[in-house]
Amino acid sequence: MTFEEHKEFPVESSSLKQIRNFAREVLAKDNMFDATKDDVVLALAEAAQNVVKHAYNGKPTGDTMRVEISFKDNQLIIEIYDKGKPVIPENIKPRKIDDIKPGGLGTFFIGQIMDEVIFKTSRNDWVNHLILTKNY
Amino acid sequence: MSYKITEEGNVATVHLDGEIDMDVTEKAKEQIMPLIEAGKEVHLNLKDVQYMDSSGISVLIESHQKAAELGNKVILKEISKSVLKVIMMAKLEQILIIE
Repeated sequence: MTFEEHKEFPVESSSLKQIRNFAREVLAKDNMFDATKDDVVLALAEAAQNVVKHAYNGKPTGDTMRVEISFKDNQLIIEIYDKGKPVIPENIKPRKIDDIKPGGLGTFFIGQIMDEVIFKTSRNDWVNHLILTKNY
Repeated sequence: MSYKITEEGNVATVHLDGEIDMDVTEKAKEQIMPLIEAGKEVHLNLKDVQYMDSSGISVLIESHQKAAELGNKVILKEISKSVLKVIMMAKLEQILIIE
């Protein structure tokens, strides 16, 4: 099975539910995703939340982010493109899990759920390009 | 997300439902924090919460810490399976008070 689906969403917190629903619809394509669907949706939503919170400081600008979900060679690949503040990958660290404080958990969740997380400088008109991969 | 609050004596029970993400955490905090600050023991009923992300978990941590600071507690009740999974992923099941 191979597929590729993509959609753009306004960069704002009210888009997060739509992004989750988009991912749920795509992952409903095959029951092989059933056991991990909720986790993968959470990882994508945390990454999208980071775009809203950090790349745009929570301020809607009218910009969109592009979400691509594809499956090929037993790998589910989620890509998120945005035009916000450039991400410095070295600065993105999950917080230590024994440090109990609100915030900073999203990156930790993404790392727990996905097998590979890559930040790239984006192609075309985008600025940031995040690639999350999960092997099946 | 929607919510319902019931009070009995010094216990306030907040029933949350729906999906709790960054878009609704302020609304959740606006309901929960004043109850904690008023010295209530707050019970958060999470039976009908189908989704919670790190923002929602942050609200649970903040509520727990604020209550502890004031010598009180926030108790999580009837946690849905999906929320419990996220709490456990964050390794908070030994930190937060769960009944």
